[in-house]
Amino acid sequence: MAWRDAKASRVRLLLFMASIILGIAAVVSIQLFSQNLTDNIQRQSKSLMGADFIIDSDQIPNERAQAIIDSLQPDALEVKFVSMIAFPKNNGTKLVSVRALEGSFPFYGTIETLPETAGSNYQKTGGVLVDATLMLQYNIVPGDSIKIGELTMPITGSLKGIPGSTGISSSIAPTVVMPYRFVEATKLLQFGSRKEYQFYYNQPTADLAALEENVEPMLDVQNADLDTHTSTSERLGRRYENVGSFLNLAAFIALLLGCVGIASSVNIYIKEKLPAVAVLKCMGASRKQSFLIFLIQIAGIGIAGGVVGTAIGVGLQMAFPYILKEFLPFDLIINISVQPLIMGVLLGLFMSVLFALLPLLRTWYVSPLEVLRVGDSSSTDSRKAQYIVIGVIVLFLYGFTFWLLRDWLFALAFIGGVLLTFAFLAGVATLTMKAIKNFFPKRARFTTRQSLLNLFRPNNQTVVLLVAIGLGTFLISTLFFTKDILLAKTEIGQASDKANLITMDVQPEQLSEVVNSFKYSNLPVIDNIPIVTMRMHSINDQLVNNLRADSTAQIRGWILSHEFRTTYRDELIASEEVLEGKWIPSQNAEETIQISISDNLAEDAKLSIGDPVVFNVQGVLMETIVGSIRKVDWANLQINFSIVFPEGVLEDAPQFNVLTTYAATEKESAGLQQDLVQKFPNVSIIDLRQVFTVVDDILNKVSWIINFMAFFSILTGIIVLIGSVRTSKYQRIKESVLLRTLGAKNKQILTITALEYLFLGILGSLVGILLALVSSFLLALFIFKEPFTPSVLPFLVFLPGISILVLAIGLSNIRSVLKSSPLEVLRKAR
Amino acid sequence: MSKILKINGLGKTYNSGSRQLTVLQNISFDVEKGQTFSIVGPSGSGKTTLLGLCAGLDQPNAGTVELCGYDLQTLNEDERAELRNKEVGFIFQNFQLLPTLTALENVSVPLELQSAQDASSRARKLLEKVGLGDRIHHYPSQLSGGEQQRVALARAFSNRPSILFADEPTGNLDEETGEKVIELLFELNKDAGTTLVIISHDLDLAARTQQILRLKGGQILTNETTATF
Repeated sequence: MAWRDAKASRVRLLLFMASIILGIAAVVSIQLFSQNLTDNIQRQSKSLMGADFIIDSDQIPNERAQAIIDSLQPDALEVKFVSMIAFPKNNGTKLVSVRALEGSFPFYGTIETLPETAGSNYQKTGGVLVDATLMLQYNIVPGDSIKIGELTMPITGSLKGIPGSTGISSSIAPTVVMPYRFVEATKLLQFGSRKEYQFYYNQPTADLAALEENVEPMLDVQNADLDTHTSTSERLGRRYENVGSFLNLAAFIALLLGCVGIASSVNIYIKEKLPAVAVLKCMGASRKQSFLIFLIQIAGIGIAGGVVGTAIGVGLQMAFPYILKEFLPFDLIINISVQPLIMGVLLGLFMSVLFALLPLLRTWYVSPLEVLRVGDSSSTDSRKAQYIVIGVIVLFLYGFTFWLLRDWLFALAFIGGVLLTFAFLAGVATLTMKAIKNFFPKRARFTTRQSLLNLFRPNNQTVVLLVAIGLGTFLISTLFFTKDILLAKTEIGQASDKANLITMDVQPEQLSEVVNSFKYSNLPVIDNIPIVTMRMHSINDQLVNNLRADSTAQIRGWILSHEFRTTYRDELIASEEVLEGKWIPSQNAEETIQISISDNLAEDAKLSIGDPVVFNVQGVLMETIVGSIRKVDWANLQINFSIVFPEGVLEDAPQFNVLTTYAATEKESAGLQQDLVQKFPNVSIIDLRQVFTVVDDILNKVSWIINFMAFFSILTGIIVLIGSVRTSKYQRIKESVLLRTLGAKNKQILTITALEYLFLGILGSLVGILLALVSSFLLALFIFKEPFTPSVLPFLVFLPGISILVLAIGLSNIRSVLKSSPLEVLRKAR
Repeated sequence: MSKILKINGLGKTYNSGSRQLTVLQNISFDVEKGQTFSIVGPSGSGKTTLLGLCAGLDQPNAGTVELCGYDLQTLNEDERAELRNKEVGFIFQNFQLLPTLTALENVSVPLELQSAQDASSRARKLLEKVGLGDRIHHYPSQLSGGEQQRVALARAFSNRPSILFADEPTGNLDEETGEKVIELLFELNKDAGTTLVIISHDLDLAARTQQILRLKGGQILTNETTATF
């Protein structure tokens, strides 16, 4: 019976199915992808690091640390630092990340190069491997030379991949690999330059857990770290798990939207079937039998939707490695595992049955008496059953979200947020509709009034459509506004009073000459900032070494081993604001030194005004107290500091300078860089314009992925819309024909339908954009802490675009409405 | 007396799969202005098809229909709709009210389509006339069958039609309610001087009209006058 009945309504049932297919496809593809990612990270854990474990330190290890490192017998050594390089062939210069290696690193994975042999013989031949993209950009080929610091070396090959470098980090400072034995000759490892020493171990049998437990704390005290391949891959896995969870949730929203569409369509479907159910009951069908007829239909749709969605999901996940290529530090090997496939089919079954249960319940409670008279059959029993079903739906949603996120609080917040968004959209839709019904001018033209009244027709799906359109618009508009906020944060170098070229590591003896170079290039020195490096020796009279050992200490760990780069000046800069205490511009060396610290440092180090902090300034202990706490806008790409000293204290300490300037054109910028690299090889130059381009590129890629997910919601919304148009088609034809019988012209009927859908489109997209405005404003206020100036683009593009799309779908079946013979319809209605 | 409806050699066939089904064959008759006219016949005799063709709701395969002096074949769909709006009223067996509109709004529709300024007041008066003055803001779902048919009656007369087609107007009503509706129909018709064409298989109802056309198998069986006027 279920099959016979389904055959008669197959087009509508197919549309119900289409509503969930995309959601299932999205969830399955992301599940499969996440699982593949986790498997790949685990499988490639060693080749990601290139070793079993490493010990690293951001300075030359002290005697004690070196003793521990040596006792474990390292198999390879690396020093990593950022520096400018030059290509003598064309005078091109670039900030790069230099990795000077000794030993046969990597022990797992390979250095991928072109020619292939370059990775294995660069040590022997004394050549350099240069990032492949960088070589392409500067038109460099193997055999050309590269100048690193004072040393010019031949380029052996182009570097395509090496354990420990990711695509993203190498787009800001591309990787250059050189033999360690030549580092000294570059003369780049001078005071002040940032460097990292890494010791690699090839010990497959080592007890990594024991090393982490016993050796790591010992190294920590000596400002060094031990990382095993397992802990690193776990960290990496967690990072991608977060991305995976986010994408999963986006997919889940699309699925939910589809389910709401199913519930709404099934509601009307069942309503139309109720007389038939009543007849069946009259003929002796039991409640269970009549209920099962439709339950089996819906379950069939769910399973079929699940199977089709899963198949599409499998195909889709093949696309993810290409989309995420830049973000992955390894090649992804795709395997199809069974679990997400079973999950996809089951999800299709459960979601469609659960969401269809509410309308399906009516078949259970419909009275055979309704054959004789259609009436309201709601009873206390049916209401109780409805509450139980709603409870089961919420529980299932919570359970599934918990399974995706593995965090009960996040799952609760997500379900709460989703319910709130749905409720808000539905609430706004209902309120607006009520307002229109009550306040719409009664004197408006008949066609206009009739089009609005159609929104209230029996069996209308107005609220569901508004939720579908609103949610889709909300998602894309929020993404758009958020991207705007993020880009605004990085927008720099547009005004000439803001620096876009930062020259770092300028030694005191080089300062006047560097300033002269600026002058020769006709570039102003915007900032000349002295930098003094130091570590904390004691905080609130407690020695840092003791604090490290104290497991009850509340101070954040990074503070205790961090090398702070501090400065001194007599005034605040634009990105700073004193929150507490008093800003001291200058002091004598005899007075108690009052420093200014940033609010995040104060929080992490548990420091407040008047608290004593002793610094170790390259061997000299300096007593200070916290004089003021500043709010610092770190997002502002200015040179900001956690710790600022007053003038008159640090002038004689060993220091280097950072100089900034504004170069209006790339040519000016390149000219200065070439000049500086030639004269001062140790000086590093950051071109913020390039950084901005990289950030923009990353944001574009991220937003592409997010847009990809939003696309599912929008497409699901469109399917729900098409389903609704189809569901109400017969009713529309009937009404239009009746109007035509009463004398309405085709134009009038067309206008009524067009205005109805245009109104739905405008209201839905407007509510979505306004909701996106509110959420983006809250994001800007609380998360990004940025002023929010909304772009008008969503109003100019999304609003009319989505409204026209809704209108087009609405009018898609109007031809058949206009062509229907009035007589035929009036006959059917008898 | 002038003729308001002239039917000449009317024929209608439908395609049923590969076969052609003849529903009406060589139908000719006239209806005088102000006359009450009934078309009777068993189910499947072609009554409703004939009504649809007379009112311009469908196109014949043969013959002509002249309604209110217009040859319907020469008019396009919008022109036929305009003619219906100005000259024709309808009453259906299942009332055919727009569910989204109140009783008052339903009655106003034909007037609103004409952009009449006094649509609401005229509709109100008509509803009062059919005894629904206190239910003008009710929706069809809030009215009984008899009340819905009375709203349909008011709507049919709202545009002051020259001719009114009623298709089984009591078919969905109990005898007592049906009787009241018919009384009202004839009363309104008399007041407005409208031509009335009723389709029914109720011979008692047909007997109340001045002319009865009997159909069987798509052909005219008899066309007899019951009274002079």
